[in-house]
Amino acid sequence: MNIVVAIKHIPSIADDLPVKGNNIDFDSVDFVLNEFDEQSIEQAVLVKEAIGGTVTVVGVDLIGELDSVLHLALAKGADKAVKITADEPGADSHMQAKWLAEAIRGMSADIIFAGVQASNDLDGQIGPMIAAYLDIPYIGGVSSVEVTGNTATVNKEFAGGFGAKYAVSLPMVVGVQAASKPPRYAPISKVRQVAQTVTIEKIAPTGDANSGLTFRKIAPPAMTGHAEMIGGSSKEVAAKIVELLKSKGLA
Amino acid sequence: MSNDVFVITDPLDGEFSDVSFEMVGKARELASAFGGQAVAVVVGAGADANVFASDATLQIDDPNLEQFNPEAYGKVIEALVKEKSPRLVMFGWTATGMDLAAWLSVRLGKPCVAYGRDLCIENNELVVTSQVYGGKMIAEITPEGDMAIVACLAGSFPVEAGQGSTTATTIVSPISLDGLKTKFVEAIQPAAGDVDITAQAKLVSIGRGIGSKDNVELAEELAQKLGATVSSSRPVVDAGWLPRTRQVGKSGLKVKPKLYLMLGISGAPEHLEGMKSAELIIAINTDKKAPIFNVAHYGATADLFEVAEAMLELL
Ligand SMILES: Cc1cc2nc3c(=O)[nH]c(=O)nc-3n(C[C@H](O)[C@H](O)[C@H](O)COP(=O)(O)OP(=O)(O)OC[C@H]3O[C@@H](n4cnc5c(N)ncnc54)[C@H](O)[C@@H]3O)c2cc1C
Ligand SMILES: Nc1ncnc2c1ncn2[C@@H]1O[C@H](COP(=O)(O)O)[C@@H](O)[C@H]1O
Repeated sequence: MNIVVAIKHIPSIADDLPVKGNNIDFDSVDFVLNEFDEQSIEQAVLVKEAIGGTVTVVGVDLIGELDSVLHLALAKGADKAVKITADEPGADSHMQAKWLAEAIRGMSADIIFAGVQASNDLDGQIGPMIAAYLDIPYIGGVSSVEVTGNTATVNKEFAGGFGAKYAVSLPMVVGVQAASKPPRYAPISKVRQVAQTVTIEKIAPTGDANSGLTFRKIAPPAMTGHAEMIGGSSKEVAAKIVELLKSKGLA
Repeated sequence: MSNDVFVITDPLDGEFSDVSFEMVGKARELASAFGGQAVAVVVGAGADANVFASDATLQIDDPNLEQFNPEAYGKVIEALVKEKSPRLVMFGWTATGMDLAAWLSVRLGKPCVAYGRDLCIENNELVVTSQVYGGKMIAEITPEGDMAIVACLAGSFPVEAGQGSTTATTIVSPISLDGLKTKFVEAIQPAAGDVDITAQAKLVSIGRGIGSKDNVELAEELAQKLGATVSSSRPVVDAGWLPRTRQVGKSGLKVKPKLYLMLGISGAPEHLEGMKSAELIIAINTDKKAPIFNVAHYGATADLFEVAEAMLELL
């Protein structure tokens, strides 16, 4: 089984996002792996462990810092890593999906995993786009995957615990919401060992695509309905909250 | 080309989710500005489609569309949109719309805006406001060309404006659905047996800031002292620290307690969908820019462990 995971390196939202002109100042943000890609890597490795095969992780190297992410994926059980060297920190989903689809086309993938969404998917997610480029089915919001023969059985989540089970003839693209087990931990020593022994394959981006979106402006939300902030030390904060709750008959 | 606005309605358990009505209301406004019609599109014949305040409602009847099937729905919507060429196609940024909007964008070569919060028309140009980066940034976007696809976050517009009784016109599928590779197998029901967080008056809700499974105990203790129940954001459940039944939000449960005390939850739009109408929202977060502070009634930039420990001493 040829299992491929398409990942996305995205601006970290842990810190403030600097703005330059009408867009994020991509040169001065930290990039991190999309949180749902951690789930998608785990789900891919779980499928490999269940039925055998190889897991190839592929991503667009936007800022020349994708190696650490790929090493982590390898340490968690991926077998191969491929980076599309683009050096275009602001590449949108359409562009990345096109490059990824072209790279994956040559991999004879049986099943392709992607994170269900990323926080910077302004023009949509790469998962359904890759499926559209490769003309194969897509299902997102998936929280478990089992493969038997040429069929993947996936559970898709709706809301409030409701969901549906689908059987899909492979190949397909799966948009992973959560792996069927919480992602495993890779010890630092293992990541280091991988970094020293595995070579990351480099390929050039092929194809061109464009979201067709023009940014007029990007900014933090206007603080219209801001919370009333409780100041002071943690002890003071706690005291004020308890007082507030008591005054409302809630404690 | 037409100036119509198509709303791809969002099925939910034999009915329609609120965002379907929200979008129809907005579509009426936009269609009249464009000089076209607001058309509600109902894929599948399962639900009563005569419930929208649209100018027209199209219901597509085919046995392959009885249950949501992204492949079948995608094909039908693509064929319909190609045939009718609306100015704008609206989806909900929901479990179903998220499978279709970006896919359709690539199939048609038309731009797509996700995480839509608002749409307006300025000088005959569509401007979309989108909430990206986990709610930390708001972008104003103009999609180029003669057709745009916009996927809207639930809770963006009033529901009432889209409710009505327009009689639906039933049509057959504009495309053959033979040979689908995706088959619906069965519906999955919520797991029963745990407490029902939607029925609790007070929730102490924990997010990724809680750090580890061991720390959940602290939240349990605090909840017990307050006569509350512990709920959480999605990552806490995905990490296996709490059961799925405790998850609040878009893919979890919608709650409206008297008290929603949040410890280490950032306030991503998917979380807000489940709790923003709680009566009293108090958020503790170390990040003073956390989006939750735009929604909470009270907030403190503080360490959740220190605050929780201190509250325990006072209760
Ligand atoms: C289709 C879909 C459906 C989804 N459905 C849901 C859903 O139903 N519910 C849901 O919650 N999410 C859902 N999500 C996920 C959502 O996008 C966010 O990833 C999630 O809400 C983030 O959870 P969080 O706030 O706990 O984590 P984070 O965003 O990581 O935030 C953790 C916060 O804790 C703070 N913090 C850290 N340490 C401390 C400390 N010591 N003291 C105080 N604060 C601290 C940080 O500043 C940060 O703000 C969904 C996503 C998708 C794609
Ligand atoms: N005083 C307030 N400060 C901050 N947010 C509020 C306040 N009152 C209401 N909200 C939020 O505004 C939204 C609408 O509130 P309401 O109309 O009062 O139900 C909800 O998301 C509330 O959480």
